[in-house]
Amino acid sequence: MADRLFVQGNEAVAWGAVSAGCEAFFGYPITPQNEITEWFAREFPRMGRVFLQSQSETGSINMLHGAAACGVRAMTSTSGPGWGLMQEGMSNLANAELPCVVVLVQRGGPGAGTTRHAQMDYASATHGGGAGGYRNIVLAPASVQELHDFMPLAFHLADKYRNPVVVLSDAILGQMAEPLERKQLEFEPLPPKDWAVLGKAHHADGKRRGISIGQGFIPNPDFPTYLSFIDHLDKKTKQMRQDEVRFEALNVESARLILVAYGSMARACQGAMEMARAEGLDVGMLRPITLWPFPSQAIRRNIREGVQFLVVEDSLGQMVEDVETAVGERAPVHFLGMLARHEPREMGMIFPDRILEKIKEICRK
Amino acid sequence: MTDIGVKKELVAGRPDLWLRMENNPIPSCPGCHEPTAMRAILEALEELDAVGDAVMVVGVGCSFAFQSMVDLDYLVCAHGRPPDGASAVKRVLKGDHVVFTIQGDGDCIAIGAGALINAAARAEKITIFMLNNANYGTTGGQLAPTTPLGHVTSTTPGGRTPAHGYPVRVPELLATFQGVAYTARGAMNSPANYQKTKGYIKKAFAAQRVSLGLSFVEMLCACPPNWHMTPLDSLKWLEQTVIPQFPLGEFKDVQGASGKTQEATR
Repeated sequence: MADRLFVQGNEAVAWGAVSAGCEAFFGYPITPQNEITEWFAREFPRMGRVFLQSQSETGSINMLHGAAACGVRAMTSTSGPGWGLMQEGMSNLANAELPCVVVLVQRGGPGAGTTRHAQMDYASATHGGGAGGYRNIVLAPASVQELHDFMPLAFHLADKYRNPVVVLSDAILGQMAEPLERKQLEFEPLPPKDWAVLGKAHHADGKRRGISIGQGFIPNPDFPTYLSFIDHLDKKTKQMRQDEVRFEALNVESARLILVAYGSMARACQGAMEMARAEGLDVGMLRPITLWPFPSQAIRRNIREGVQFLVVEDSLGQMVEDVETAVGERAPVHFLGMLARHEPREMGMIFPDRILEKIKEICRK
Repeated sequence: MTDIGVKKELVAGRPDLWLRMENNPIPSCPGCHEPTAMRAILEALEELDAVGDAVMVVGVGCSFAFQSMVDLDYLVCAHGRPPDGASAVKRVLKGDHVVFTIQGDGDCIAIGAGALINAAARAEKITIFMLNNANYGTTGGQLAPTTPLGHVTSTTPGGRTPAHGYPVRVPELLATFQGVAYTARGAMNSPANYQKTKGYIKKAFAAQRVSLGLSFVEMLCACPPNWHMTPLDSLKWLEQTVIPQFPLGEFKDVQGASGKTQEATR
């Protein structure tokens, strides 16, 4: 197998999952992620791994629940409407502390929306839409290479925290093709999954194991009361906030204007930043890689006299609220959203020259 | 007392799989048949020597409590989703595991109907046990798809009439699926029916072990508190009103399954 491939983002997800040792995939057809499900349907059976097409995204997330409970690395992928159906499952996975990965290839919303690109699931991915009280890490790749590399990272973080992890892609990233270097990524070793459900005879100690969405409800030796469980979740959340923030900073040290964008819009912003700098404008860029936990500190560190922020999202503005929360009243936060697309039909896009126009408008003031 | 050489033989007892409940008493209500149904399943597993390979998948409802009562590896799924979870467990573990769900009627055929029907269509090699107590027990006795006509619930205070629709007969429905190997309906109202039902349970497990397809056993259970009856009156109600609308017996036993299952259950 070639170490270098030229593939779509959706296929890169699959290669990344294979390198992470993913053993099971559950999926339901939905555009624009179909290439992912079809790849696993084609390749996994001949690798001796499990592929199962579900009856709905509700089915997918609950099959994922079953597979993760057996201690194997397992995943699903979906898009906006399917993501909506998975919210109950996400909350249950968090209660049951089951590590697994969900790839969310965003499309236009709300409702059926469009089958084309958009970034409108930021809020539900980072803040959760199921029965409340849980958090999950959200990784935001911005290239085909990162779609590959973030899969083993996502599985590692899921196992490390025993919590679901979301990889937030979008239709542009999923459908575009770029060179991909397939490489095995190394992570710190993790303890064996002694908690996995295998049948009593399959444990060294012969004692029963159980995975429940009723932690805190039904007393167990680890969590005899509701608050003992909530306290455990609190500690886990705080550790993720402390240790797992990831971002990329370009030219921010001296920048007068800092662009903030993730995913496909980070690519557009990078183009706009380079054009602006070629024209002598001091523009930098801060790209959140973890959307939750959000790199608020990284943003705050760059607040200086005269600095301004421009958030670019292919939505009406969701991440901009997290930037505003981080910045407070200490600097202006501007926003460029999907109404700045180059044309009004669903294939309209926010191109770098439109972002450059906005950059100039801010810098002229 | 000195040992006078009397030979002792256990003639009655309880399955070793019941966990001791010093600090965690059986949470079921007085007169509830669900622990009796669970006991029949546990006895069947012990008699089939399948305990070590068994995985119990629980849904939400009164059967939720079994997670703290039974000494088996278990998985608790979202309300109605045990067939999804069990399908994945069975496929991922890849061995000779005996994977079964234990679900209430609401879990199984109301909120979980889609999961059940599709697991049957996929011929998943799992066993589904549906405990039918004719209402939603945990939440105070509301109308369920399996509430018999004439039965009073908190959301049909005048009794279920055809205006509320008709009860669903799940083993009969599932028997029409090519992917289903075995379906039956038993009841927990008498020792005779208990023994018959245990036979159905063993045949259902045997069908799974020889990978014939999905197997399904419904068990009619009394729910005295929510039926607002004494345990004795609820037995009469079960016999006179519930069983006539939910006939007992086997509805599908795939050709060849009988022989194989008889062999496997011997």
